Amino acid sequence: MTAAPEESLLELRFPASPDRMAMVRPSVRSAARYCGFDESATHDIVLAVGEACQNVIVHAYTTQQTGEIVLDIRRRADGIVLRVTDFAASIDIDAVKPRDLDDLRPGGLGTHFIRELMDSADFLPGPDGVGNVLQMTKKMEVTK
Amino acid sequence: MTDSIREEQGRLVVELDGEIDLDRAPQVRRLLLDGIKHGKDLLVDLSQVNYIDSSGIASLVEALQNASKGGISLGLVAVSPEALRVFQLARLDKVFAIHADMESALAAAS
Repeated sequence: MTAAPEESLLELRFPASPDRMAMVRPSVRSAARYCGFDESATHDIVLAVGEACQNVIVHAYTTQQTGEIVLDIRRRADGIVLRVTDFAASIDIDAVKPRDLDDLRPGGLGTHFIRELMDSADFLPGPDGVGNVLQMTKKMEVTK
Repeated sequence: MTDSIREEQGRLVVELDGEIDLDRAPQVRRLLLDGIKHGKDLLVDLSQVNYIDSSGIASLVEALQNASKGGISLGLVAVSPEALRVFQLARLDKVFAIHADMESALAAAS
């Protein structure tokens, strides 16, 4: 099976810092609308990217003073692809699991949100074997 | 961001607005935990919140747990569609008391 053709929409590189996310979200929102997603799906895509970046900021870079995130947004004929790349130590993918929602406690919801909001969310090897890439896709709902 | 806190009919009303993300969640958390210290039932108006993520939700969950420990209630009021979507994703829409508007929230027995 050949990979679906992708059109590059946007690539953002920014410090993995909470105060940058308010700048990133409008770009993601614009890209999702550009692809033709409705407002509800656009909100979901923005939230998923926010959670993915938050995981990088809080978990991937915990032992490092500084780090960057690269957000690559691409359009496919049937939807959108978003890749969140960090340059921190490789994470243990098996340890990235959503928590039991019945366990009421603050935190631990981000991974659950990403899986609920997107059609796929997969970790890929980092570029040149460094860091982590979370690739998320969402397909356009076809109106019948 | 113009979060406000006021007293109304014996309850403490906290109005949050804008985007509650990892950057802002600590301020919201502090506002709510300080509010709980007053010992009055809390109503949190989310009508003007157009974005909330897991860190914002975490602040509200922590506040709810602290309120419960202190024997006071914490209800959500006029939750915006964007925020409600996130509460539903977290399956917290059944954990928090959610009131349609301030009038019904104030009328409800705590």
